[in-house]
Amino acid sequence: MALDYSKKVMDHFINPRNVGEIENPDGVGEAGNPKCGDIMKIYLKVNDDTKIIEDVKFKTFGCASAIASSSMATELIKGRSIEDAWNLTNSAVAEALDGLPPIKMHCSVLAEEAIHEALNDYRGKHGMELIPVEHHEE
Amino acid sequence: MDHTATTPTSPEVLKAMMPYFGEMFGNPSSVYSFSRQSRTAIEKARGQVAHALNADPSEIFFTGSGTEADNWALKGTLEKAKLKGKNHLITTSIEHHAILHSAEFLEAYEGVDVTYLPVDSEGFVKVEDVAAAITDKTALVSVMFANNEVGTIEPIAEIGALCRERKIPFHTDAVQAAAHLNIDVKAMNIDMLSMSAHKMYGPKGVGALYMKKGTRTENFIHGGAQERKHRASTENIAGIVGFGEAMEILKSRLDEDKAINSARRDKLIAGILEKIPHAKLNGATGDKRLPNNINFSFIGVEGETLLLDLDSKGISASTGSACSSESLDPSHVLLALGLKHEMAHGSLRFTIGRLTTDEQIDYVLEVLPEIVARRRAMSPLWEDYLKSKGEL
Repeated sequence: MALDYSKKVMDHFINPRNVGEIENPDGVGEAGNPKCGDIMKIYLKVNDDTKIIEDVKFKTFGCASAIASSSMATELIKGRSIEDAWNLTNSAVAEALDGLPPIKMHCSVLAEEAIHEALNDYRGKHGMELIPVEHHEE
Repeated sequence: MDHTATTPTSPEVLKAMMPYFGEMFGNPSSVYSFSRQSRTAIEKARGQVAHALNADPSEIFFTGSGTEADNWALKGTLEKAKLKGKNHLITTSIEHHAILHSAEFLEAYEGVDVTYLPVDSEGFVKVEDVAAAITDKTALVSVMFANNEVGTIEPIAEIGALCRERKIPFHTDAVQAAAHLNIDVKAMNIDMLSMSAHKMYGPKGVGALYMKKGTRTENFIHGGAQERKHRASTENIAGIVGFGEAMEILKSRLDEDKAINSARRDKLIAGILEKIPHAKLNGATGDKRLPNNINFSFIGVEGETLLLDLDSKGISASTGSACSSESLDPSHVLLALGLKHEMAHGSLRFTIGRLTTDEQIDYVLEVLPEIVARRRAMSPLWEDYLKSKGEL
């Protein structure tokens, strides 16, 4: 029962970008749970002076759209400031993938949440104020 | 390798069906002699199906699908039993949705009490559990012959004997089993049995319900007098002819197919266990498993990703993961076997059949280990699992 995925989703699923871990990361965030069948973990390397995300990696357990969403989201925040990265929305991730099937939109939400978690982890470790996280109803 | 979903109509079956789309179009209900050909064709098919089950032809009723046969057996029997004040149905937690959703309907609208029997970790229903669930209100016991997802073959003859002794009608959904196993409805004390043609190299859109003589069941489809006044609708003659033909061919080669499939099944199972660490076989082994079913969970990987990776290598399979379907819940069967959600999400099913070759089995064993390893390498769950086992 294959769902209809866009070519971009399939591309990022077959050849995901930024897979892996960062040793001694500056921020780590995780979202999802095994019960729902999706877990996403994001690792950040942030330049302390410029606050630019110099490197980002992910590890994801989940379906094709979860893997593609992680891959795309990491692409979209790499080289951006932590403020810009915070403003990345799940719909921007989905749009960049040329859309996700409606039932898979929660995968893009997961990417947004994992990035928020990772950014707050970084902020906490660097004496910055945490930004309140809105959790989506999924 | 997804023969459980459906099978291709075999060329011999198609050939037998063809005339009934064209020159032999007579409505079997008409009186003129032209229609006799259609009637004769249906009765021949009825005989072919009956023979395969050791039933009498008068006990076979053609339906539009296996699902319809299941709906009929449950709703028709419970409806009739209501007149005698009986409103209890016993079934299992691993049935096909054709049974489960019919049971839920009866609970919601007909005041029926349903007992959903649990299964053990291999998917077996315990005969003692069936016995213990029977009350003086029990109108029907319905236990599937073999499970479509994990292939476990239930103790049907034992449950049949119990139900006969306790005088409770016994129905079995044999939609999968009938395509692979020898079934003798008399020896197994089966009162009702559902089947579907397209699982056995017959056409889609036709099934059958076997009903032992004297079974008290209300009609499900009301209208004309077809199927000896038990199932209205102008007959799907070509479909019925195809079903009969498919059943006869199946029966003639069943033992041979069973031996070939079982050998390939066991080769694939052994190969996966050998080449993929921490692979878990779901369901039973040996003779207690459908000869064509292979179902594994791979901790750390989600099923849909495996399906798509396999598809990119030209292999078709199936999964119990929610992510492959329109719902977000993983397979009710795998959860009933006691699998954790993440294991149910990580399941992969191969079902082999006449189109399967030894080369395909080798090919799966060649590509699957790499696919699983690659997806595991990007999974945080796999990392956690290895740490919990002290392997990382």
